[in-house]
Amino acid sequence: MTASIAIDRTPRQQYLLRLSDTCLILGQRLGEWCGHAPILEEDIALANMALDLIGQARALLTHAGAEQGLDEDQLAFLRDERDYLNPTIVELPRGDFAFTVLRNAMVSTWLRLVWERLRESSDAELAAIAGKAVKEARYHQQHAADWAVRLGDGTDESRRRCEAALETLWRYTPELFDDDAVDAHAASTGLGPAASTLREPWLAEMAEILGEATLATPADSAFRSTGKRGLHTEHMGHLLSEMQSLQRAFPGGAW
Amino acid sequence: MSLAAPVASRVERAWAVLAEVLDPEVPALSVCDLGIVRDVVEHGDGLEVVLTPTYSGCPATEVIERSVLDAIDAAGLGPARARLQRAPAWTSDWISEAGRRKLREYGIAPPSGDAPHAPAQGVPMRFVRRGPPAAVACPRCGSAHTERLSAFGSTACKSLHRCLDCREPFEHFKPI
Repeated sequence: MTASIAIDRTPRQQYLLRLSDTCLILGQRLGEWCGHAPILEEDIALANMALDLIGQARALLTHAGAEQGLDEDQLAFLRDERDYLNPTIVELPRGDFAFTVLRNAMVSTWLRLVWERLRESSDAELAAIAGKAVKEARYHQQHAADWAVRLGDGTDESRRRCEAALETLWRYTPELFDDDAVDAHAASTGLGPAASTLREPWLAEMAEILGEATLATPADSAFRSTGKRGLHTEHMGHLLSEMQSLQRAFPGGAW
Repeated sequence: MSLAAPVASRVERAWAVLAEVLDPEVPALSVCDLGIVRDVVEHGDGLEVVLTPTYSGCPATEVIERSVLDAIDAAGLGPARARLQRAPAWTSDWISEAGRRKLREYGIAPPSGDAPHAPAQGVPMRFVRRGPPAAVACPRCGSAHTERLSAFGSTACKSLHRCLDCREPFEHFKPI
């Protein structure tokens, strides 16, 4: 068993890890569909998107880790749960296909907006990663939005499942737009946008998708999830135990 | 007595070698046809090959790097090292004319040469009453009477289509 690593909690590192971990953990969740999706084309599509997300996470973790003397694998696989800084929405179990589609619509819309802004980052490497990732995120968003419309405006059963998924997921979205000291640092140094500045454009695009899907935008709730501060749901430990088991059992294992 | 022809420089010879190194996932194309070799530079301690990956998660990136360096070594042009350059981001517009022809002959519909204006990349995004995607011509019979089955295919860079005339399924190298 390999001991966990400690991370540097500077605002800059936290900003990079929040983004890398969003990609990493959503990639892990989408990868769970491999061999289980409702049709072959979707099995392939979800695995493709997982691959893009993990590739984006690799680039970000390599970049963040270089400043701490850590490599991408150490950061991806050897942290303790509280040192993962993804927003809670991406760690929720994959649910049914409607849940996966609606989460992808919410998160890929958010990521596309983040990457667009990060192309102007004062950090040249982060801007370069964003320049590539934004093109991939557009395909992800379009895929999710097309399916949201097809299922939301589909059969009674597909609609019922979409409504249930939306009801569960919506309360986890405010976390994406809550600012704290990490955002203040990112905005003042030009590293990247503060979370709150993406709220309006995200809501506008979600309203467009949900409107076309004939699904009602849920009401706001007072609930606030806390994943990006390292406080996760009970699902995170299970996800990590599966994701980390190989590197923990065979340190440095590669193929 | 003088030589009949000028001897090609080490960098020129390296480019010629790289033009024969095939992409592992689309072996119809060389890494040069694909446009991922951005530069070859000669330094005092050897050659540097600058590579730009196609997709963030492309699993072929490491294999390509290895085969590029092996080919240069095998041609006696080493030592060489590879450098990954992310910016500017790779675009399917960098696939050469010869590369587009080879893709078509291999049975993969080549990307449009105008990725920034492709339906998936156009800005702003439209979900509402977006028109059907532009028809991709069948690489077998040339018919434009085709339909898209999925935006994601056997590799990250391709989508799945079907020709409604000759009934053959085919892949399309996505504009990005």
